[in-house]
Amino acid sequence: MDFKSSDTVPGPRAEDHLPHTTQAAVKIVIVGGFGVGKTTMVGSVSEIRPLTTEETMTQAGIGVDDNYGSDTKTATTVAMDFGRISITEQLVLYLFGTPGQERFWFLWNGLFEGALGAVVLLDTRRLEVSFDVIGRLEERGVPFVVAVNSFPDAPRYPTAELRGALDLPEEIPIIECDARRRASSREVLMTLMRFLHSLAVQHVPA
Amino acid sequence: MTPPQRRRRQSREQPPPEPVAAGGPKEGEQKNPERLYILTGAAAGGERAPIDLVTLIVTSADPPPTATPEQSALLRLCRAPLSVAEISAYLSLPFGVVTVLLTDLLTAELVQARAPIVRQAVPDRSLLEAVMHGLQKL
Ligand SMILES: Nc1nc2c(ncn2[C@@H]2O[C@H](COP(=O)(O)OP(=O)(O)O)[C@@H](O)[C@H]2O)c(=O)[nH]1
Ligand SMILES: [Mg+2]
Repeated sequence: MDFKSSDTVPGPRAEDHLPHTTQAAVKIVIVGGFGVGKTTMVGSVSEIRPLTTEETMTQAGIGVDDNYGSDTKTATTVAMDFGRISITEQLVLYLFGTPGQERFWFLWNGLFEGALGAVVLLDTRRLEVSFDVIGRLEERGVPFVVAVNSFPDAPRYPTAELRGALDLPEEIPIIECDARRRASSREVLMTLMRFLHSLAVQHVPA
Repeated sequence: MTPPQRRRRQSREQPPPEPVAAGGPKEGEQKNPERLYILTGAAAGGERAPIDLVTLIVTSADPPPTATPEQSALLRLCRAPLSVAEISAYLSLPFGVVTVLLTDLLTAELVQARAPIVRQAVPDRSLLEAVMHGLQKL
């Protein structure tokens, strides 16, 4: 494998080091179609410059020695941008901007299963791109909110009409946002957290 | 203008099909990185958990002379806690390759893993409140 010498690997900047007291991480997934603003949203709230993790999907030749037959494999690289927000000295939050196609989701172990919840980011010019994502989250029982990224030339629908089109129950928040603005993206995350909290409150035993 | 209408799929009550790796799953074959498990160190009774994107890794020993360049680079990176996702990004290695590297380093006790907090059926309100408080400071 072609690998850079360990001295040349650029690690985190000194100010990006997590404190040694950090005990655990939680994650939130931002899911949506290509160009909907996932990376923009991650970048607007992240304390670190957004990073990219990737995974390779091998279509054939699994288990074949890497030195042989590598030209007979078709490999698709799927990338995911992510960012980070320190919550306390013990807890850190990661945000993952994830492609909408479900066939990519299982590449990353427990991406959705372990997430506190998800933000479905959508563009009203291509609303139907989100239909499949919403169905999959419902099936998997992943709690989510919907954020409409306001592109200037996109059609604007009243929330009730959008809710009808997406066939979502009243309790699932739908909000508008501008993924480029930190305050707006933070409000999306706060909306998700308040929604999750309301689910927790419902679970309090009588 | 009317938006397009989502139609719920019919078989909603059925669990989604298990993703099948290319070539099909083979009994006893453990090559798939999704099937690699590590010691979390946290759970009682030595319970095993999979390596997650946000498992935090901390180096606990200097690289031995036998360490590969990848292992040395990883050990250098994780002097302060770092998520598996960040390791993958900084080393420019796919997530699956990093989990394989980590499995070896965990076995050799050169690194420690701090398991993430995952979603529970009944959400943990104090955790959610902590996250909200953290976001408010942003
Ligand atoms: N006008 C406008 N443009 C946006 C907004 N969010 C993202 N963009 C732009 O849309 C493009 C795609 O965004 P990106 O975050 O890369 O989308 P991704 O593919 O979902 O990660 C970029 O050129 C962004 O600058 C927004 O809220 N408003
Ligand atoms: Mg992107």
